[in-house]
Amino acid sequence: MSEIADKVKKIVVEHLGVEESKVTPEASFIDDLGADSLDTVELVMAFEEAFNVEIPEDAAEKITTVKDAIDYIEKQKAA
Amino acid sequence: MLLSAGMNSGRRRVVVTGMGIVGPLGLGVENVWSRLIAGESGIGKITQFDASDLPAQVAGEVPEGPREEGKLTLSEWVPTKDQRKMDRFIHMGLVAATEAVEDSGWKPQTEEEKCRTGVMIGSGIGGLQTIYDASITVHEGRAKRLSPFFIPSALINLVSGHVSIKYGFQGPNHSVVTACATGVHAIGDAARLIMFGDADVMVAGGAEATVCPLGIAGFCSARALSTGFNATPQQASRPWDKDRDGFVMGEGSGIVVLEEYEHAKARGAKIYGEVIGYGMSGDAYHITAPSEGHYGAYRAMRSALQSAGLTTADINYVNAHGTSTMADDLELEAVERLFGDDAKKLAMSSTKSATGHLLGAAGAIEAIFSILAIRDNVAPPTLNLDNPSRESVIDRVAHTAQQRPINVALSNSFGFGGTNASLIVRGV
Repeated sequence: MSEIADKVKKIVVEHLGVEESKVTPEASFIDDLGADSLDTVELVMAFEEAFNVEIPEDAAEKITTVKDAIDYIEKQKAA
Repeated sequence: MLLSAGMNSGRRRVVVTGMGIVGPLGLGVENVWSRLIAGESGIGKITQFDASDLPAQVAGEVPEGPREEGKLTLSEWVPTKDQRKMDRFIHMGLVAATEAVEDSGWKPQTEEEKCRTGVMIGSGIGGLQTIYDASITVHEGRAKRLSPFFIPSALINLVSGHVSIKYGFQGPNHSVVTACATGVHAIGDAARLIMFGDADVMVAGGAEATVCPLGIAGFCSARALSTGFNATPQQASRPWDKDRDGFVMGEGSGIVVLEEYEHAKARGAKIYGEVIGYGMSGDAYHITAPSEGHYGAYRAMRSALQSAGLTTADINYVNAHGTSTMADDLELEAVERLFGDDAKKLAMSSTKSATGHLLGAAGAIEAIFSILAIRDNVAPPTLNLDNPSRESVIDRVAHTAQQRPINVALSNSFGFGGTNASLIVRGV
């Protein structure tokens, strides 16, 4: 797993208070990890802070799973 | 003699079936009560932040530690991941509300029962530390980094909101904000909602957590806090004593479960006492000071007596507002004027001498103390009352608790803005 994926996972565990084993790439923040809409807003802000990236609102809306977040950040970092 | 006229005449009766406290004397109603009547103090040096550059450096903070020692371990009450979504005052309210609801044994099953159960928990100030932290984030140019939980963390009515969500209580969801009178107003107003049929059960009280830089510095600026006892914190809160020099900030929450009498009886609930009188008034005088003679307090107490259909002869114990400020003697004067000859038989104490002043939660914990005073026939003491600044025929229960017959008790709370409230409770 990439460094980015590891860090994303850690942030999700910390913010949503879920067990690490549940944070699979396919896990949906809302459907699988118990997040509500405010949690996802906060989560995106935490990603922005941790990776020093800007995630505009329309992009943020499309980030619904752990994999979505990892992919988006990896793409930003590669660019 | 107890008359049946007034507030309860022809209306539904309201009893207390659950109680919860978390505060400077610790966690749990029985633990706090036994420490209170043993003459213990919950005041100490401020530990939550460095107060060394402030004139007031003492407060009544909630002791942290194991539950079996009567202390608070927050994660046992509020899941760690949820804690940062709420200010500390909401934590306090949730802890005391959980205690009270569990104590009451009330678990609504049907949709109808849930809709007949409401919440009215207030706060004097709300999420002050949360607002402080958020202000810094904005000031640093990081407004876009503000947590989406900032607003719901700071809003006063969110204690009521969280309690309703936790238990599924879908009845009236309300909140009171009347500074230091909040707790009494919340219980009195919630009792009236039950009397008028809006609900059968109400979870009511107050929560506060302002032992923080803005809270202490703000009240220091208003010259309201004690500053002369930083080296001897347990002597700082000294209602009516000639050396008193301001109130001591306390934090925590007091919550009661109020219930319509027949409803409580039908389910075999334990009944602690009954709310029989409630009176309110406004000073229309000054934003922080009561008027000479404290006629606002006088009218609130008189109105509570009228609503209970009682006279001063019926009241055995008064839990005073008594904050350890100059206003203590004005309240005393108002009580003496109202009670006349009956003052000679009266016990009146200020439990703020042991807990400090919990602002919006004060009236709620003091209503609980009043109910327990009736249950155990004990008047809790006024600590540090070494030399009263004003003599009185009223027994102010200096230093040690007194065993004496207490059937009916009146509790006073007065707030900035000139708001006054009195609550009368009796045994059942």
